Amino acid sequence: MSKMKVMIPCEEANQTCDKSQYNEVNLWDKIKLSIHLILCKACRKYTKNNSKLSRIIKLANVKLLDKTCKEAMKKDIENALKNQSN
Amino acid sequence: MPIHQINPNKWIDSYSDYLFNFTISRVSDREIAQDLVQDTFLAALKSMKNFKGEASERTWLISILKRKIIDYYRKINSNKGKAEMRISYNGDSETEGDWLEERVADPFDKTAEDKMQNEELGEAILKCLSKLPVKQAEVFKMKTIQGFDTKVICNELNITASNLWVIIHRARTSMATCLKENWF
Repeated sequence: MSKMKVMIPCEEANQTCDKSQYNEVNLWDKIKLSIHLILCKACRKYTKNNSKLSRIIKLANVKLLDKTCKEAMKKDIENALKNQSN
Repeated sequence: MPIHQINPNKWIDSYSDYLFNFTISRVSDREIAQDLVQDTFLAALKSMKNFKGEASERTWLISILKRKIIDYYRKINSNKGKAEMRISYNGDSETEGDWLEERVADPFDKTAEDKMQNEELGEAILKCLSKLPVKQAEVFKMKTIQGFDTKVICNELNITASNLWVIIHRARTSMATCLKENWF
């Protein structure tokens, strides 16, 4: 590594923040994000909202349909549409 | 000229999870909920010509679903001697089927309100998701709600990792804005 860049642009900071919502950030990126956040108000706001979003989604415990079930439903709708147009 | 258009080919991608979540918080059984959602779509197809475009597609579908859920409870309660309303007051399978009365000695149940609020929250989340572009919603659900690995999603949807993070970023921004008014 030639020269380690400590300062990162906002886009990169936001992406690190997104990744950190899924625990997919290495330590060095985390440090760079923290430094950026000290200096950048807009990104602090984004990070705050982003964490809130993660928290409420976890809290809501949303139930989803599985993929096979959706595919089956799609087929049924297609068939029903065909029968109707006939 | 109606404001809202109808497009059955997009129903599953846009609304099936919303309807399913709405149903499962009311009937507490995955299979029954699936069937009710399926019935709703088929009933909606049949009465498509009655759709006047005054309400949004989603509102219209929910109104059909609500009737389906009521019908379902009517049907299971109409069997004489079996008129028993099953309510999932807790998720403990050992005590499942116990009468509600047996549990009145429980300390005041403060989780009931929490649960209700979480259900409303879930509905709000899925409502916001149904407003996102289909692809964004799909990626966001897989990553955030179902917790799939980045690699798995990339393979399944045939996108690159950086692609995925761009989509996630857009979805998260829209979701935060959409949920902001009521839940932040």
